[in-house]
Amino acid sequence: MAADNSQKEIHWNRTRNLMIVHLAIWFVFSFVVHWFAIALNKFSFMHFPLGFYMAAQGSLIVFVVQLFAFAWQQNKIDQETGMAEEE
Amino acid sequence: MSIFRMQGSFIDNLPKIYGFYTGGFIVFIGIMSLAEKAGMSADTIGLFFVGFTIVIYALIGWMSRTMQLDAYYVAGRQVPAVFNGMATAADWMSGASFVAMAGGIYMGGHPYLAFVVGWTGGYVLVAVLMAPYLRKFGCYTVPDFIGTRYGGNVARFCAVVVLVVASFTYVTAQINATGTIASRALLVPFGVGIWLGLAGILICSMLGGMRAVTWTQVAQYIVLIIAYLVPVIWMSNKQGFGWFPQIEYGDAVRKIAGLETVHQVGVLKPPEAVKGLSALTTLHNGPPGTFVSRVQFVTLVACMMMGTASLPHILMRYFTTPSVRAARVSVAWSLLFIFMLYFTAPALATFTKLQMLDPSLPTAIIGKTLAEVDAHTWVQKWSQVGGVKVIDFNHDGIVQINEFFMRGDIVVLATPEIAGLPYVISGLVAAGGMAAAMSTADGLLLAIANALSHDLYYKMIDPKADVRHRLIVARVLLIVIGAAGAAVASLRLTGILGAVAWAFDFAMSGLFFPLVLGVWWKRANRAGAIAGMVIGFAVGTWYLYMVYAGGMKPWWGIDHLRFGIIGATASLVSMVVVSLLTPAPDKETMDMVDEVRIPKGQTILGSAH
Repeated sequence: MAADNSQKEIHWNRTRNLMIVHLAIWFVFSFVVHWFAIALNKFSFMHFPLGFYMAAQGSLIVFVVQLFAFAWQQNKIDQETGMAEEE
Repeated sequence: MSIFRMQGSFIDNLPKIYGFYTGGFIVFIGIMSLAEKAGMSADTIGLFFVGFTIVIYALIGWMSRTMQLDAYYVAGRQVPAVFNGMATAADWMSGASFVAMAGGIYMGGHPYLAFVVGWTGGYVLVAVLMAPYLRKFGCYTVPDFIGTRYGGNVARFCAVVVLVVASFTYVTAQINATGTIASRALLVPFGVGIWLGLAGILICSMLGGMRAVTWTQVAQYIVLIIAYLVPVIWMSNKQGFGWFPQIEYGDAVRKIAGLETVHQVGVLKPPEAVKGLSALTTLHNGPPGTFVSRVQFVTLVACMMMGTASLPHILMRYFTTPSVRAARVSVAWSLLFIFMLYFTAPALATFTKLQMLDPSLPTAIIGKTLAEVDAHTWVQKWSQVGGVKVIDFNHDGIVQINEFFMRGDIVVLATPEIAGLPYVISGLVAAGGMAAAMSTADGLLLAIANALSHDLYYKMIDPKADVRHRLIVARVLLIVIGAAGAAVASLRLTGILGAVAWAFDFAMSGLFFPLVLGVWWKRANRAGAIAGMVIGFAVGTWYLYMVYAGGMKPWWGIDHLRFGIIGATASLVSMVVVSLLTPAPDKETMDMVDEVRIPKGQTILGSAH
């Protein structure tokens, strides 16, 4: 079982790192960009003031794309470490 | 009917069944618009829309009836990721999202977008921190996880209490919304509408539990998203903004900024208030500038997100997927389906505002004479029911920005009329609002009743109860809680959004950290979890009381909508401190956490626990 346990450890380390990466992205688009909305409004994106755009649409798109990417990445980790479910 | 009993073929045929259903609904809309041309009255069309859709949901609820535990509690764990995503989206988007969100953005401008960000980004927390692990756990309810991970009835009981308080706060607002819509569409008094709405909600959930709720929620999502998108796209197209209003309203935002200067938005304040209505005093693109307003924006975002990740009626949707992997993918689909509505709401708010403010458009209100404003049929109609009020304070015969009062939810409900669309669209919007409120109410009622029947009755009071008894108790509780919710809702205590935000704050105060740390921190133990739930919940409630009724000045702008920040902080600190001061969990618990962390292998709890 030792081999299995070390696989589990690798799996969990990679899972944890993935969590940290995704929560960092989440933090930036949930809080940081909106804190600086006034500064961002000086820029224009698709005719929108950027600060407004991020709150009305930009952050949301990031979250959606991020979640599909997360599901794919975590599945890859599960399979490479032999921790995936049997289909 | 038999397809609903032959599970295998039913699941395989889902795309076909719901494709057929969607086509049928579109045909129904077509028939209604022909009937309108043939002279059917607006009231009759509204009645048909709401009545017809409720009958369909009831039919699905009846066909999904079951006497099996797994089907009743977790829909047999065979809901495919995409369909679970649709069901979650309907479960999630409440009457408030459907009816009040665009109006809130209209009145509140940029700061209100905190709700849009918070109610979507919370799903990142759900996917990354919680859903896959709870699915692996194999629990029936959220307290089931707390009770097994930390052990003991006290922890389980605390989780049940937090769940009931948070969900009940939320469900009264939903029953209130179904009552409002039902009374308007079915032409009955509000008090009767509430009980009719409740009857519809119960038919969808009582016979088939989670299985019935799942398949009605998918049907409700289809109705509500069509009902939200069609009027906006139609209106946008009619006004020359194109087929994709969501990506084309950037110029409208800039144009409004210019018009706001002309109309002196934010400079002219109404000299007196009108109860329940507001005049526009906030700039559309006025991002938070001061330190306190920035803190208010990010704390509201944080509360809505952490609340999302702690609300049991959302988490339990991910117990129904066939695998851990499907649970993760399903969260992504859920957010995509939710996004469809949430990125449309700001577009709708912007277009409606432009139509009111731009004097060159025929729909303009502000800057026009009283006679011109009164000539709009929607102004007449909504004035009669107290949704709109014009007071010419300075007696100049012209409507200024601070003289036009309206209720926020008019932005969604009156859009078809403001833009001059046929009444069939108003009927469609009523059906959509009904679907949104009913689907959320169903999920919430089931979450409460399941926690009480499974965790309180079966796990704590009568562990020897057989399947039949457990399912009968579950159903009786569903009726009792629904009736209690309807009784409270008929008192009309709070506005829809106040109560909804509180539910998020309650849930995050008591449950967020015990759930997250249960998976991510092995050292977390029973005493710590109990402390986290009790102290977090108590401190949050105390703070709510103090700032809402006790006259205390909010700390750094953290008002009653954001009390979860205080509660969750207290919860985290007390949980960590108490866990570290008491012995570590035993090896069995540690091994269990290890098992939860990997998708492979059996669920922790067996299928009929």
